[in-house]
Amino acid sequence: MALLLARRLLQAALILLGVAAITFVLLYALPADPAVLLAGRNATPQTVANIRHQLGLDLPLPVQFWNYIVHLLQGDLGRSFNQKTAVAPLILARLPATLTLMAAGIAIEVMIGLTLGVIAAVRRDGAIDRLVMTLSFVGVSTPQFLVALLLLYVFAATLGWFPMSGYGTPAHLVLPAVTLGILGAGWYARIVRSAMIDVLGQDYVRTAHAKGVPAARVVLRHALPNALLPVIAMIGIDIGQFMSGAVVVEAVFGWPGIGQLAWQAIQQVDIPIIMGVTLVSALAIVLGNLLADLIAPFIDPRIRAG
Amino acid sequence: MLKTLLRSTALAAAIAFAPAAALTLAATAPAMAQAQGGDIVVTYKDDIATLDPAIGYDWQNWSIIKSLFSRLMDYTPGTPDLVPSLAESFTVSPDGLTYTFKLRKGVKFSNGREVVPADVKYSIERAVDPKTQGPGAGFFGAIAGFDDFSAGKATGLSGIETPDTETVVFKLSRPDATFLHVLAINFASVVPKEAVEAAAGDFGKKPVGSGTFVLKDWVIGQKLVFARNPDYFVKGVPHIDSFTIEIGQEPLVALLRLQKGEVDIAGDGIPPAKFLEISKSPDAKDLIVDGQQLHTGYVTLNTKIKPFDNVKVRQALNMAINKDRLVRIVNGRATPANQPLPPAMPGYDTAYKGYAYDVAKAKALLKEAGYADGFSTVLYSTNTDPQPRIAQAIQQDLAAVGVKAEIKALAQSNVIAAGGTEGEAPMIWSGGMAWIADFPDPSNFYGPILGCAGAVQGGWNWSWYCNEDLQKRAVAADSMSDPAKSAERIEAWKKVFVDVMADAPWIPVFNERRVVAKSKRMGGEPNIYVDPTRVINYDAIFVKN
Repeated sequence: MALLLARRLLQAALILLGVAAITFVLLYALPADPAVLLAGRNATPQTVANIRHQLGLDLPLPVQFWNYIVHLLQGDLGRSFNQKTAVAPLILARLPATLTLMAAGIAIEVMIGLTLGVIAAVRRDGAIDRLVMTLSFVGVSTPQFLVALLLLYVFAATLGWFPMSGYGTPAHLVLPAVTLGILGAGWYARIVRSAMIDVLGQDYVRTAHAKGVPAARVVLRHALPNALLPVIAMIGIDIGQFMSGAVVVEAVFGWPGIGQLAWQAIQQVDIPIIMGVTLVSALAIVLGNLLADLIAPFIDPRIRAG
Repeated sequence: MLKTLLRSTALAAAIAFAPAAALTLAATAPAMAQAQGGDIVVTYKDDIATLDPAIGYDWQNWSIIKSLFSRLMDYTPGTPDLVPSLAESFTVSPDGLTYTFKLRKGVKFSNGREVVPADVKYSIERAVDPKTQGPGAGFFGAIAGFDDFSAGKATGLSGIETPDTETVVFKLSRPDATFLHVLAINFASVVPKEAVEAAAGDFGKKPVGSGTFVLKDWVIGQKLVFARNPDYFVKGVPHIDSFTIEIGQEPLVALLRLQKGEVDIAGDGIPPAKFLEISKSPDAKDLIVDGQQLHTGYVTLNTKIKPFDNVKVRQALNMAINKDRLVRIVNGRATPANQPLPPAMPGYDTAYKGYAYDVAKAKALLKEAGYADGFSTVLYSTNTDPQPRIAQAIQQDLAAVGVKAEIKALAQSNVIAAGGTEGEAPMIWSGGMAWIADFPDPSNFYGPILGCAGAVQGGWNWSWYCNEDLQKRAVAADSMSDPAKSAERIEAWKKVFVDVMADAPWIPVFNERRVVAKSKRMGGEPNIYVDPTRVINYDAIFVKN
């Protein structure tokens, strides 16, 4: 176990280094010159050159990358070009909002997805199954902004049950989390359904039924735990996704998460922020998957043995 | 706007001679009558980047920085008229090379210390200092010692002297008729050295000034709270007690909240999708503020790329564009333009008619130039709505005269990079990057975007247009710093821009008006919500009783 963990952590470090290198090269290969953008329109070439020098943009690319990595190892993500302030606090300040939304979104996804998936599997090929599968199809293919705006308009603007925008109280969390939840639930419903169908067809389930165990107990105690593995893996992926990918929902509900920060930074070619957010997201994806892999053996002892 | 224009020229002439105190009084007297009090909420989509006056240079932080700090000179709210602010009075030497300012007595920074001449010197040197990485350094180029300081050969600006406890003297290396405007822009804001040093590189998040408001709280990514500065040196200003800026607010949602009364000013304006609905609603009159800004949207014709090196081709394309149709694409929130200067700018020529829309004439001119069958070219545009739609309309107009333009819609930074690279972009639609004046003076619409100095790698003169004769006349006009010659100078600038149009390096398209949405309880004329020098004028807006 410890060996596995050590190996995975080493892998994670290498992946992060790779992500850093690729992002760095891509960003610096852009034709846009951050110094020109910063210097503004009245700048003399002298001012632009000064700014480029101050930012270290006049150094050779490998040297710039080396400097970045050296600072990174000391926990320093650099200073934003545009905001002229350290990047790490900007990301840290937005981390609680991102994590809260992520946790709530995943919780809703899993709750809805598990329930619907199990029902669909049990009532396989019936009317309920078809309804659930259609709904999940609609869910995964509906654009986030549509659902977000719809919920906002109905439950906030018209009914006034929830605040329209902002952050801070549980009430603020409901609509953004529900948006993420009902859209993501479709994936979970599908995964759980197919895993359950697989498990329900196995011999030990038939045996349980034959012994006279109540049907509900067979489904929930015997079958469901064995169908959870793909769900755990999916949650691992979602952690990474929501870390960087809730941009639309954050924008509509004014949720101060990392996605907003990334989106603004991209528009302003604020390379240190883009780098920082990319690394944090990559870290989340790596950790999310690692977590899923570590939890899996507890759910399914066969993995531990193998 | 013509009235404003006349008034501003007249006032500019009067300004140096009129007693400063009387002017300030005149500027603040009507303000005294406004209601006092009120806490308002303003929303923006994007973060406030920085509140450091030496660095901040976008339309969002521009107006906030204006209110957090004070400068030697400022403007009467809602107008382009200069008035002394932190300065009590000033004199200009006859050769236009020495400006002497007497500071107002007893003005305090919000940390309690009195503002002294050394603060003025420190602040401007800080804006110019290469270490600050500020975008405003170039504005101070006329101050003696600028070149040595920006090249790192000197430790300060030798041209700023502080002979006693109330006087600041500026020595210029060349006459600069815009110098009083330069002292009114944000980069000339006066900051206390000890607070800058205490902030250790984070002054942009911990600003200390002597303006109308003080930053009370900043929750990163969420909101900024500004409270009225009770010690501000003009009594009765500002009117509101506080304003809170909520960020990360989608314009559409901000508007819904505004209609419910949760928001007082939707800073990003009204999204095109909502504009018709709002403008037709019964409340429209109270909710929509529509004001002129010093903006011109244009298409650059790169004079270094064939066939735009031919003036006839450039003139022909000027006649090919149906500007009224383009105005309709932006819901009528613009006025067709025929010259580089916007109508609200001193020097705008009301008599000039420009190139009228005339497809037949455009075709004839193209034939004369040897392009009877047209030609193929590329039109660059930024990729956020409505800019690509405007570029498409321009493309259709060009097709009607036989010019096949391929549209390249890119991120703003990439378009800017292409424009500043020689021989790269034949045509650029300036939408989303268009010129908005830094200060209300015609010279600001020439140097960087039409002058020879801007036609360089990384520059903003995307037509790569350089007319030596006009350049000399521009320099001559900006040397007329005697305030008595102000009218003559504006006249000289007017002729420069008309002559620019003879060379047709641009197709001036329209002057966009700025639309701000405000709640019913907010009072004040449109020109303080779309103030020509600061967008929202937080000092002047007020809450109705």
